Amino acid sequence: MISTMECAADAQSLISISLMKIHNSRTQRGGIKLHKNLLVSYVLRNARQVYIKEKYAEIYRMQQYEEVMTVCNEIQELNPLDLDAEDAEDEEQAAAHARTSSAIFGCSPLDDGSKEPDPCYYRSCCMEPSPVPHCDQFTANNSSSSSHCNKTTVLDLDTHVVTTVENGYLHQDCCCCDALQCGQGARSPARKRKVEFSCCVSDVEDVSDFTAARKRAKREDCCYSNIDYTDTSNISNLISIFGSGFSGLLSRQSDLEQICSKQVLASLGAWTRAIVAF
Amino acid sequence: MEEESDTRKINNSFLREHNYATEADIISTVEFNSSGELLATGDKGGRVVVFQREQESKSQPQRRGEYNVYSTFQSHEPEFDYLKSLEIEEKINKIKWLPQQNAAYFLLSTNDKTVKLWKISERDKRPEGYNLKDDDGRIRDPSTITSLRVPVLQPMDLMVEATARRVFSNAHMYHINSISVNSDYQTYISTDDLRVNLWNLEITDRSFNIVDIKPANMEELTEVITSAEFHPQQCHTFAYSSSKGSIRLCDMREAALCDKHCKYFEEPEDPSTRSFFSEIISSISDVKFSHNGRYLMTRDYLTVKVWDLQMENKPLETYQVHDYLRGKLCSLYENDCIFDKFECVWNGSDSVIMTGSYNNFFRMFDRNTKRDVTLEASRENSKPRAILKPRKVCVSGKRRKDEISVDSLDFSKKILHTTWHPHENIIAVAATNNLYIFQDKVN
Repeated sequence: MISTMECAADAQSLISISLMKIHNSRTQRGGIKLHKNLLVSYVLRNARQVYIKEKYAEIYRMQQYEEVMTVCNEIQELNPLDLDAEDAEDEEQAAAHARTSSAIFGCSPLDDGSKEPDPCYYRSCCMEPSPVPHCDQFTANNSSSSSHCNKTTVLDLDTHVVTTVENGYLHQDCCCCDALQCGQGARSPARKRKVEFSCCVSDVEDVSDFTAARKRAKREDCCYSNIDYTDTSNISNLISIFGSGFSGLLSRQSDLEQICSKQVLASLGAWTRAIVAF
Repeated sequence: MEEESDTRKINNSFLREHNYATEADIISTVEFNSSGELLATGDKGGRVVVFQREQESKSQPQRRGEYNVYSTFQSHEPEFDYLKSLEIEEKINKIKWLPQQNAAYFLLSTNDKTVKLWKISERDKRPEGYNLKDDDGRIRDPSTITSLRVPVLQPMDLMVEATARRVFSNAHMYHINSISVNSDYQTYISTDDLRVNLWNLEITDRSFNIVDIKPANMEELTEVITSAEFHPQQCHTFAYSSSKGSIRLCDMREAALCDKHCKYFEEPEDPSTRSFFSEIISSISDVKFSHNGRYLMTRDYLTVKVWDLQMENKPLETYQVHDYLRGKLCSLYENDCIFDKFECVWNGSDSVIMTGSYNNFFRMFDRNTKRDVTLEASRENSKPRAILKPRKVCVSGKRRKDEISVDSLDFSKKILHTTWHPHENIIAVAATNNLYIFQDKVN
């Protein structure tokens, strides 16, 4: 338990400082220092935990207890997976539900490191805009703050393959499409791709492995503010580093942390824009 | 032409006067040899400077064995890894002396990727009187040679030359942080963030990996190796420290791959001191066996700990180096000082330990009397033969005269590297690009 003396405001600045350090480490002489980046990622994790706790507490305080209980009763009749599918279909109705229900059930728990990792080629891709009203996107292109994008260019940072995607929908291999499904099903194609990918790369023993691993998005951490891209790959990596679950570092998650509120993360938008300015 | 040379001259002097040029002079390691006669320093520019102690002379007893420059050579050059598009720094991370077996001296020096064995030898005679060439090397016209002579060795001014005898390369994917010579004097280990490799000093094209903590999936990485050292007497035992604050003792006789430790030293974290930076300040930056081989000393950001090899669950002694920094961790994180890797060192009898701090302060702890002292390495405070005055950092509000407040500390002046003479009370302290050598006062 992080000392409660550190307030959420410090957590925010620590997160941005840490991201900046990781960003700077890429260009410093002598290559990326594994030890230092590992320590920075610990600070990032700690700050993130505190920030999310504070935000969750704030959201919880904002809502009426009765409202929560009502929604609880309704939701108990539904399977959490179905609930997410519902969200995908009905935007407006899901809006109210998503706010409260996701606050309670949220997305799938953060990986505990024993699961297969997602492929590391998802980044800079545009997620499905319409079904998730509170889930802002983040686009590779220099798009404005619209929540819909017709065409997006996807840059695979590992293979440097550029693909153009229509209507903001990616092909099924991208794990970000699974953003709304907390189930396990969609992961098998992803897993398959991972094997292929690793076969193609002969020597992955590199410090960049570590930073690349950190870039993998967990499907629940897919809500980002719209970003004006000046330095697309670096900024996208930064945000995704932040968003990724650090599965190796988070061996045990408390229930509170598992509830990764979409709204909590969406509210990070304001200050993630500040980071983007770098 | 003339203009070009003028421009070059101007550029050179410009560089010298500004800090840009002096970064290469920052000392990155210091090490006495096993007799204490020689002191080697390595710097960020890849150079090694070796100092030799003057012979004590009866006529000038007050010049009691000063150290003078003996040899200077360029050990490592900057390299470029074309495959990964990475520059490999030439900074010397560690120097370790080999025991002296003949008239020459041998040392191992390493940068991030390559270890080199250097031979430092003296030449004080030169052959003169060759037939086919002059004394200055010019080939003689054979038709002018009318008689033969035998070349004779003539004395010459002492010349110290350093030659690279072995280059141990291409064995480390990650940055080498330490090297340690085995007590068998035949093997040594080199350690990077994730692996420890065992080398034979004679063989450069092969090394054995004896510790590998790289996870199958780098996403699961939670700790790295920060330092490793051989036991001073037992040639099969070595210890390595981790970024999580633990030390593992391994026996090479158990298995070829020493992933399984035989002893595991870790002190449980005190939950009341938990902060954002708990992981950083618990990362061990240096581990040193005592000379008698019974204890281990570790340095983390705020403390030095002495461990008894027989007791794994907690250290024998813990010394606070600069606990007043605990409240400043956030700003130390911002300016990257929290990542500084301080070293620690034993004296010859294992009764005193020493480590560095900020503001060019260094601390000594007497394990027997439990007294400690803070000293400063600076030009103003140390004229030759002057006695160092103990310093004190003021932690509470009321600052006494001669005390320095925490906010006035200069965090750019840090003492990361120190070394202690193996038998006498002589210490060498590296303060950025200056080397200070102190010894016990002469009575």
